[in-house]
Amino acid sequence: MLMAAQNAIEIQGLTKRYGSLTAVDHISFVVERGELFGLIGPDGAGKTTLFRLLATLLNPDEGTATVAGYDITKQYKKIRECVGYMPGRFSLYPDLSVAENLDFFAALFGVSVKENYDLVAPIYRQIEPFRKRRAGKLSGGMKQKLALCCALIHRPTVLFLDEPTTGVDAVSRGEFWDMLSDLKQKGISILVSTPYMDEACRCDRIALVNGGKILGIDTPDGIVQRFDEPLYALSGNDMYGLLVEARRARGVKECYPFGATHHLVVGADFETSSFIDYLKRQGFPDASVHRVQAGIEDVFMKLMQHE
Amino acid sequence: MRTLLVLLDKEFRQFIRNAFMPKMVILFPLLVMLVIPWVATMDVRHVEVSIVDNDHSEVSRRIIQKIRSSDYFNLKGVTESYEEAFDWLENEGADVILTIPKDFELAMGSHSPKRIGIDVNGTNALKGGLGSQYMAQIVRQTFAELQQEQSGALPAELFTVQNLYNPTLNYRHFMVPALMIILLVLICGFLPGLNLVGEKEFGTIEQINVTPVSRSLFTLAKLIPYWIIGFVVLVIAMLLAWWVYGLTPAGSIGSIFLAALLFILTMSGLGITIANRSSTMQQTMFVMFFFIMIFVLMSGLLTPIESMPAWAQGITYALPPRYFVEVMRAVYLKGASFIELRPQYVALVGFAGLFNAVAALTYKKQS
Repeated sequence: MLMAAQNAIEIQGLTKRYGSLTAVDHISFVVERGELFGLIGPDGAGKTTLFRLLATLLNPDEGTATVAGYDITKQYKKIRECVGYMPGRFSLYPDLSVAENLDFFAALFGVSVKENYDLVAPIYRQIEPFRKRRAGKLSGGMKQKLALCCALIHRPTVLFLDEPTTGVDAVSRGEFWDMLSDLKQKGISILVSTPYMDEACRCDRIALVNGGKILGIDTPDGIVQRFDEPLYALSGNDMYGLLVEARRARGVKECYPFGATHHLVVGADFETSSFIDYLKRQGFPDASVHRVQAGIEDVFMKLMQHE
Repeated sequence: MRTLLVLLDKEFRQFIRNAFMPKMVILFPLLVMLVIPWVATMDVRHVEVSIVDNDHSEVSRRIIQKIRSSDYFNLKGVTESYEEAFDWLENEGADVILTIPKDFELAMGSHSPKRIGIDVNGTNALKGGLGSQYMAQIVRQTFAELQQEQSGALPAELFTVQNLYNPTLNYRHFMVPALMIILLVLICGFLPGLNLVGEKEFGTIEQINVTPVSRSLFTLAKLIPYWIIGFVVLVIAMLLAWWVYGLTPAGSIGSIFLAALLFILTMSGLGITIANRSSTMQQTMFVMFFFIMIFVLMSGLLTPIESMPAWAQGITYALPPRYFVEVMRAVYLKGASFIELRPQYVALVGFAGLFNAVAALTYKKQS
């Protein structure tokens, strides 16, 4: 078959507008077969719209895209047979039980749970003790596992996961990403979005998305290496005062809150000791500064500044 | 076909599991059929009367006596002052003032007879109108009796009245078929549409839309359960009409079921069309309410179409319940046959086809 050489997803200049708002703005990228591709970006970046376009729930205003080799506007029926889509919002039937939901979605695709059980088994086994429980009564993490099972039960070749880990606890999030790695091993191409930067490094490649545009596409390491300036973390007692003061200081290009510290992007003439002295003079005797490795979020902040 | 069964299986599971719906399907017809016919009656009784008696004659005593003993009237009081009687009407709920002028009896046979005055509170037009008619009737009757006693001649019976199809003019026999229709309008109009919009609100339709299930099949699976439920409700209502009000169709049950089937298809098609066009349950509710108001008030369910202005009568031809009302009343009360009602059936077939075609066309998986 021709399929073998094809990419899982090919997007060319895809655009979707809602009135004056351009939710997806001339986006182009390619997801290879068997790749775990991440869309990283804040809320409102256009990730969900992109998913809905690719899942054939929306028609684009401009551009083209293919999923599993099928055009999203002309061959949408073919696409619906071979993709699995897990929307950001839990959208299984809350009044049906776990087992009933799975049976139902299997039957809609004309398959039985039995014949594809091997694919979902590693995930389904974790929720099987609750198979008689109504889906609406499951915990957040279990809901997501069930939703993933239902999206997989017809053995799709491409999987769309829209923020699958939002609202899920840290342990379950880790487990969820382990499952995605397993699925990738089985040859399923996965497009996944997340607002959590720490999850990005589990993808093969990531696209940083903001305001409907792609800021950059690379492997997680490649993205991090794009950050070519020295980066420091700043901490102290009066964090807000430090933020304001650091932004005023000479030699500091940028300063933004980052978790428990502030990250400083600095110029070449920056010197840690003189900066600490300066802060002491300004009334921050306990300020400490040390060099840190840039993360994806730092790249994101930088790319956003340059937009 | 197999997919349809899967979808239906899911719909029925959800229906039965719902804490509210199965109960409503039983309770709703019970409540409507057992309570409404007793309260929604147009028979006017207990008209409050104040009498201004300035005559104090045999005639006035007779009239007062008659009013007192009739259960159409409640005697508020007898006074000599019109002002007092008017005060009763204005402040104490009297509906009619009957004024018997001074020397009324004396002037009765003379060349210049005095007139009895009937003043009616027109605020409640129905009660006022019927009240004044009853009152005039009772006064006339009294005169006739008096005349008969004085002359000894039997009063001439000028009329024979026979009420065809509803011999006792029982208002309930008029209402019961109408209530069955209202039940079907509400259940088949609201429920399938609300169910469909519910899937939109919960987001579950997203998951369905990315499956290969076709839109017509999905819609059909939403409709079939409510067609069945509509019939269950209709049968419950018909049994109640029989047991409680002794009302059975004079015509064939088959022609009722056929019309009901077509009507159920029509209403559910309308509900689905509205649901397809709205994104929340509130939207569906409001738009559906608009249609149901018009259906209930304009299609001859409660008031005869013939007494509407010509332009409104024109509109009623576009209302599907109009034809179902005609069929139900004709079959239930007159025993009309399918052949006689063919135009109504043709109209219902047309509406059912139209609304369901629109429902299928307006359902979009993509936006």
